[in-house]
Amino acid sequence: MKTGFYPGCSMKGSAREYSESLLALAREIGRELPEVPDWNCCGATAAHNLDRDLALALPARILAAAEKAGMDEVLVPCAACYSRLKVTRHELLADDSLRQRISGLVEADYRGSAGVLNIIEWLGRVPDLEKLVKKPFQRKVACYYGCLLVRPAGVVKFDRPEDPQSMDLLMKKIGADPIDWAFKTECCGAGFSVSRTDLVARLSGQILDDAVSRGAEAVVVACPMCHLNLDLRRPNIEKRAGKKFHLPVIYITQAVGMALGLKPKQLGLQRHKVSPSALLAPASAKPPAGSKSASGDSPASAPLSGSSAGAPASTASKVN
Amino acid sequence: MARIGVFICHCGENISATVDVMKVAAEAAKIPGVAHSVEYKYMCSDPGQQLVKNAIREKGLTGVVVAACSPRMHEPTFRRACAEAGLNPFLCEMANIREHCSWVHEKGDATTDKAIDIVRTLVAKVKKNKALQPIKVPVTKVAMVIGGGIAGIQASLDIANAGHQVILVEKEPSIGGHMSQLSETFPTLDCSQCILTPRMVEVAQHLNITLFSYAELESLDGFIGNFKARIRKKARSLDEKLCTGCGLCTQKCPSRRIPSEFDAGLGLRPAIYVPFPQAVPNKPVIDREHCTYYRTGKCRLCEKVCPTQAIRFDQQDEIVEADVGAVVLATGFDIKHGDFFPEYGYGKYRDVIDGLQFERLASASGPTLGEIRRPSDGRVPETVVFVACAGSRDPAKGIEYCSKICCMYTAKHAMLYKHKVHHGKPYVFYMDIRAGGKMYEEFVRRAMEEDGVQYVRGRVSRIFERGGKLVVKGVDTLLAARPLEIEADLVVLATAGIAQPGAEELAQKLHVSYDAHKFYAEAHPKLRPVETNTAGIFLAGACQAPKDIPESVAQASGAAAKVAALFSQSELVREPLIAVVDRQAPPVYSSCVGCFLCQSACPYQAIEKEEIRGRDGQLLKTVAKVNPGLCQGCGTCVAFCRTKSIDIQGFSHEQVHAEVLALLNRGERDA
Amino acid sequence: MPDFEPKIVAFVCNWCTYAGADLTGTSRMKYSPQVAIIRFPCTGRIDFMLLLKAFASGADGIIVSGCHPNDCHYSSGNFHARRRWIVFRGLLDFLGIDVRRVQFSWVSAAEGAKWAQLVNETAEHIRGLGPFTGYQRLRGLGVE
Repeated sequence: MKTGFYPGCSMKGSAREYSESLLALAREIGRELPEVPDWNCCGATAAHNLDRDLALALPARILAAAEKAGMDEVLVPCAACYSRLKVTRHELLADDSLRQRISGLVEADYRGSAGVLNIIEWLGRVPDLEKLVKKPFQRKVACYYGCLLVRPAGVVKFDRPEDPQSMDLLMKKIGADPIDWAFKTECCGAGFSVSRTDLVARLSGQILDDAVSRGAEAVVVACPMCHLNLDLRRPNIEKRAGKKFHLPVIYITQAVGMALGLKPKQLGLQRHKVSPSALLAPASAKPPAGSKSASGDSPASAPLSGSSAGAPASTASKVN
Repeated sequence: MARIGVFICHCGENISATVDVMKVAAEAAKIPGVAHSVEYKYMCSDPGQQLVKNAIREKGLTGVVVAACSPRMHEPTFRRACAEAGLNPFLCEMANIREHCSWVHEKGDATTDKAIDIVRTLVAKVKKNKALQPIKVPVTKVAMVIGGGIAGIQASLDIANAGHQVILVEKEPSIGGHMSQLSETFPTLDCSQCILTPRMVEVAQHLNITLFSYAELESLDGFIGNFKARIRKKARSLDEKLCTGCGLCTQKCPSRRIPSEFDAGLGLRPAIYVPFPQAVPNKPVIDREHCTYYRTGKCRLCEKVCPTQAIRFDQQDEIVEADVGAVVLATGFDIKHGDFFPEYGYGKYRDVIDGLQFERLASASGPTLGEIRRPSDGRVPETVVFVACAGSRDPAKGIEYCSKICCMYTAKHAMLYKHKVHHGKPYVFYMDIRAGGKMYEEFVRRAMEEDGVQYVRGRVSRIFERGGKLVVKGVDTLLAARPLEIEADLVVLATAGIAQPGAEELAQKLHVSYDAHKFYAEAHPKLRPVETNTAGIFLAGACQAPKDIPESVAQASGAAAKVAALFSQSELVREPLIAVVDRQAPPVYSSCVGCFLCQSACPYQAIEKEEIRGRDGQLLKTVAKVNPGLCQGCGTCVAFCRTKSIDIQGFSHEQVHAEVLALLNRGERDA
Repeated sequence: MPDFEPKIVAFVCNWCTYAGADLTGTSRMKYSPQVAIIRFPCTGRIDFMLLLKAFASGADGIIVSGCHPNDCHYSSGNFHARRRWIVFRGLLDFLGIDVRRVQFSWVSAAEGAKWAQLVNETAEHIRGLGPFTGYQRLRGLGVE
């Protein structure tokens, strides 16, 4: 099984630390991640609003290159790239004439043999991850999936679209305590991250607010755009909210990397706007994983109060 | 020598417009064995039928082919006409030159040629037809009604009042179904139990009704008029004859913290319990999963306090066999539970409840004695959000259909809440209001206008808990057209109505068909709404599709009328289109070699072993034999038989073989 | 062979496909007249040797169609037919008959349009395959 790596533009720029931590992690667990040769832009998010052919052709060219390089699957850590590649594969496999036409456009025979993998799927496959943990990441974390990782559900077929659990499970494996919160898949405003930073400030602010109020010590993300909004736009967020948030935002690969004992530098932790240095200090006497979260999480079936069901049968005879 | 009469119908112009009927008649006359060939404008009319009858008498016909419409339409008509003229009705066949020819092809030679081919095929078949005698089967005038909700109760009472015996099978310890759980009913707001419990008592006391509660159908064999039912009476762990229903055991039982099914999990019940005070029968049942004695081997307190020594810890399930002539399926519905709405926190937040739970909160006999108090802390909720279409009409959730009752009961819930909590603020999120029905629209209007329920047209995207409140995020798509956040104390989801768990399994036991959502399929969506495709099995209530109480009751009475009509005759006549095993004179006796592959193929257990013995009683041969009462005529055994010893009347080897050859124009050379 | 009009025999069950074909008629949908129907109580009744018989008698193509899985009026006949069809394909191949000449399908009583489509597609398909010429040879093999 040969797994290729498609970095996309973010991993080479604003999200260098995502790439650094991923590759450090891959080395640590002994996985090779060769880059897809001669890769190009995935087209997000401009192409699919403007030109359908272009929106399909760009990812098709990437996937065709991966197939040509003998890759069975491609790891796509950026959620936006993941969405584009996954949607393209889905659409082209469903319509053979379209597949042939797009293949013609990119001058390569795209067959659809290579699968598309997101970061959670890739990490989820590491056998016995629990046993590799050297420094359990004993923190209360807010797992933030964002919009693109689990949607559209019919295409990505990954986790539950409204209340995903896969990142939470992964965090539990490295010793963290994922909080139960309401903003797992709410919009961070990524589409407006350049044009309407005021909206970003409002939407991302709500996310941070909820995470903080439920006691999270870090937000864990799996998307460069989410990270950019929650981390780099922090001054805008704080200005609008009128208060400070000290909550660091880290990549899932950084969280796992810390648990596996990698050095902060290897993981690019110094590159964040909001310093995650608090996470590097030894975990204080925080309650370990499994403690009760803020919301009432006891089963709804728990009954109200004393019941009339087993009441004396004399009532019945009166009615009858 | 065969003397076949061919009668070609114009069907007004339905056939003659595209088929040259004159040519068909002329060509048919040339087919060897055809003694008579005519065409006529309307063959099914009285003069048309007279043509057939006269020809049978005058020409001494030995077989008749009517080339007209589908046999599904007029085969009975012409077979009756033949019988009236003294020809065995099974010597008459229909050549379908309308539905399968004139209506589906353009006018032209090809169409006329095809009509001729069809006629030739059926002439070849009818030459091989044999005179058959109809099979008469007796009718057992006992009906079995499965499900003791309002539909089953109504059907049972109607059939019983028509003077027939009824066996009512209910899987729960008491009859009453979901209706007994409801607080008030729309659109009249009369108390559900007040109108239901008298009916329940009537069932219990009716001399013609045998009630098996806490029982399930094990299997059903046989066919219309002659079913054999096996019913599993689950062990109640007490002797029902001795039990007086005094209730001492239920009061003394120490294991008391079991969520009550009747209260939709909001109340508690003991391990030995009667589901609700008005239960019929009013006899307790021991829940063995939770009973201390069954779990630890100690306790038996109920046994000690029982004044009539009715407790039977060692009681076993009992299988009861019953002969029944008809079955009414009235197994009702369920609502969607569980981890189906993670975005709404249903199952996670105790104050996000479903419609049935709200019924119990509003019911005077419920866990709060009718006060609206929220499950988590028992506080009276100041703001309640009702979410209609939770799951229904949502292809993304796999439930495309409308659950039909939710619009009305949501309006009722909001009203009841407002009547009990005057200062409370009820909101209803809805997609459309579907209030078709007598006084229904007026009822919803009342909720809006008189009780001030806030209707918000839009859907809810997420519900989450924040600071002790449930934050409902939705959208108002009408005038305001804006996202909306409401901080609620209680949320009621009108979750989709779905088929009962086990509906599919039961359908397979009964051989009735069901749709993609496991609702039972009616024989015809408009004209046969209470029948299934399996003769003698009828439908009532929400097992067929979500429906409200008036509709369920109407359908139940419809099904009961069908049963009463069936029971109005003492014998049923069945077509003799069944399988027969070859029998011949000694020394061969039968070409059957006794492999009994046919037995393994038969879905009706209609094939028996027959021992052929000599005069001295010595066993000569064991061969297959078809039980004509059980055989339904599918013919699967025929295709299985290696020695072609089993054949099916009406579709015999000779007949279909002749058809194939005639259709391919080789009949004359080879037949 | 431009003027070739195939002869296609359809073996259908009474409860689903025959009724479905009736519905095609009542809905006045048009289809190719090269197909004629032989009615059986159930596809489970169909002895597949009859298919060979039809080929030996000059049929160019065959349709076998009954109720959808789980919809059989007799509960399981269509499953038997499906199993027989799977085994029968091998025999067809052995006899040198192109398996594509037999179209196995499910058409319910409500699928009038599907029946018309099935017939048209099969007719088109068989036209593409050309006439079945192996029937004299088949008869020599004793399929009679």
